[in-house]
Amino acid sequence: MGIRAKSASHVLTSLEKAPTGIKGLDQISSGGLPKGRTTIVCGGPGCGKTMLGIEFLVRGATEFNEPGVLVAFEETPQEMARNVASLGFDLQELADRKKLFLDYVYIEPSEIAETGDYDLEGLFIRLQHAVNTVGAKRVMLDTPEALFSGFSNPGILRAEIRRLFRWLKEHELTTVVTAERGDGTLTRHGLEEYVSDCVILLDHRINEQSSTRRMRIVKYRGTSHGADEYPFLIDKQGMSVLPLTSLELQHEISNERVPTGIPDLDEMLEGKGYFRGSSILLSGTAGSGKTTMAACFADATCRRGERCLYIGFEESVDQMNRNMQSVGLDFEHWIKKGLLVHEAWRPTQYGIEMHLLRIHKLVEKRKPDSLIMDPVTNLITGSTRQEVHSMLMRLLDFLKSLQITAVFTSLTSSGQALEQSEVGISSLIDTWILLRDVELNGERNRVLHVLKSRGMAHSQQVREFVLTDEAIKLIPAYIGPGGVLTGSSRLAQEAKDKAEAFARQREIERGQQELGCKRDALHAQIQMLQAQFAAEEQKLAQAIEQSLAREHQLELDQKAMARSRDAISREDSSTPMKKAAGR
Amino acid sequence: MKKKSQAVQTSEEIVQLRLYVAGQTPKSLTALSNLKRICNEHLKHFRIEVIDLMKNPQLAQGDQILAIPTLVRSLPIPIRKIIGDLSNTERVLVGLDVRSTSSESGAKAAAGKAL
Repeated sequence: MGIRAKSASHVLTSLEKAPTGIKGLDQISSGGLPKGRTTIVCGGPGCGKTMLGIEFLVRGATEFNEPGVLVAFEETPQEMARNVASLGFDLQELADRKKLFLDYVYIEPSEIAETGDYDLEGLFIRLQHAVNTVGAKRVMLDTPEALFSGFSNPGILRAEIRRLFRWLKEHELTTVVTAERGDGTLTRHGLEEYVSDCVILLDHRINEQSSTRRMRIVKYRGTSHGADEYPFLIDKQGMSVLPLTSLELQHEISNERVPTGIPDLDEMLEGKGYFRGSSILLSGTAGSGKTTMAACFADATCRRGERCLYIGFEESVDQMNRNMQSVGLDFEHWIKKGLLVHEAWRPTQYGIEMHLLRIHKLVEKRKPDSLIMDPVTNLITGSTRQEVHSMLMRLLDFLKSLQITAVFTSLTSSGQALEQSEVGISSLIDTWILLRDVELNGERNRVLHVLKSRGMAHSQQVREFVLTDEAIKLIPAYIGPGGVLTGSSRLAQEAKDKAEAFARQREIERGQQELGCKRDALHAQIQMLQAQFAAEEQKLAQAIEQSLAREHQLELDQKAMARSRDAISREDSSTPMKKAAGR
Repeated sequence: MKKKSQAVQTSEEIVQLRLYVAGQTPKSLTALSNLKRICNEHLKHFRIEVIDLMKNPQLAQGDQILAIPTLVRSLPIPIRKIIGDLSNTERVLVGLDVRSTSSESGAKAAAGKAL
């Protein structure tokens, strides 16, 4: 039993994969295409089947050391080489290096007459020869359904195609077969009947005049694979497929803080700024200063010597440079230094998925520390809300996994609730700063407040947002009995307050002065009274002294009188003399 | 390589023929004997070359050979190809675009119209 289980698990793990080297495709197919087996790539005209196949061969030859054989049934190798030259693939060079064998199978029904029994051994011989020449591990057939137009005997043809697929499998060649999509069937001639290991369906959809390419793995025998429709892009670097959602919320997070570029705003965010790798939404009505605020952050990023990717959907690079001069930000300088990458394109230029892919590619190429998208709401012009929401979610996931601080601006159209971002991404956002206009007394002023900021004790204050030619200042708005006032009303109110305070000050001073005067007057009175008193006192004292002296004299006189009376009675002669002397 | 002249062919040019086969398969052998018979009966100047792709696989690409056996008329131009074991003489003659004997002219004319 144990041995059996072991052998079973061995079988499970032995499904080998041949990596395609196509970004994203290996991810959704958990490793690549089934090695040594045949994969059908089907889809309508112009959906990128051939591109997928060629990239599979080229990457195999250049990156995985697996030479390949390209059998083209519809285009000559020269045409094909020219077609893929724009993707940077040089087929001829690979062929010269014996990494690739190009064979063109040309079928012209009018040149061929059929007489009797035949088989397609010639094709097998050519394939065998090609495989032997370069030691191929990979084969691409593009597209063998063309055989159906070249031969009139479908019985022989079907048998031979069946034999071809068996042959490819026996030779353990990892094969990509392209096939045109049929009406209600995956392929026009039912090739999927013969190949059942892996079927990939490509699709090219037009929605609101913008096209999106999508890929779906319809079937992949023996392995788990992403079953969703994945958008993909073909550009100068080849093909890239974008997994719709990252599987889990498992970002590494950082406690590091990055300044916002506006010291006053930093102050509102615990004095430190945003968290590195967090997502920031600046939402507001038209002209509320979103772009400028985002630009400040870009400037601050560059000032630290970090790289910033600025994606604008509204202003061209030059226009932005000029406009930012007016608030004292020199974008041109940072662009020249290579710290700022400014990409501007119209939101309607691509479908929504293309935007995402393009951003992915830019991020991978430039490796920025922060990314600004201005404004995300413009994306909605090209697609539905649902799509934008899912796209932004994926973008945020992607940026978070790379620890890139993302600043999005969002335009709130008038009449809409301010606490609602148009594309409904507020729940995905870590820090949301709301900018708005306050209209009062015939003027508009900008105010700002931090609606939310996860993981920090942010300020709850409403601040006035003032743009000067040097910097942005956040002034605490006037909050008083007259309500919240901003701009010149605030200034007027402040002046009024100042005047009132001044008046009060004067009042106090005056009171104090009066008090001083009174005190002085009192002092003077006291002094005067004291002087009066002193004078009286002196006068009285004199009077008292005089009285006392008189009393004394009187006493002396009386004594003298008494003595004299005695003298009269005893010594008469002396008394009149003394009396005369006393007078 | 064979060279034979017969009175039935009115054209003076040489018909150059290449027969592609893959080994000594019954189909290939049938095709070769059919070809020899038809040529001998209907052509005046002709040259037959038999190419075995098992021995020379690289030659398949040049003449765009897929089906085996394939008969290629390389001269006179334009190139014509006939696939199969050449069991239908009428179709081979039509495919080779050679004038046949007077007894067969009616059939040929009809086939020519079909072409």
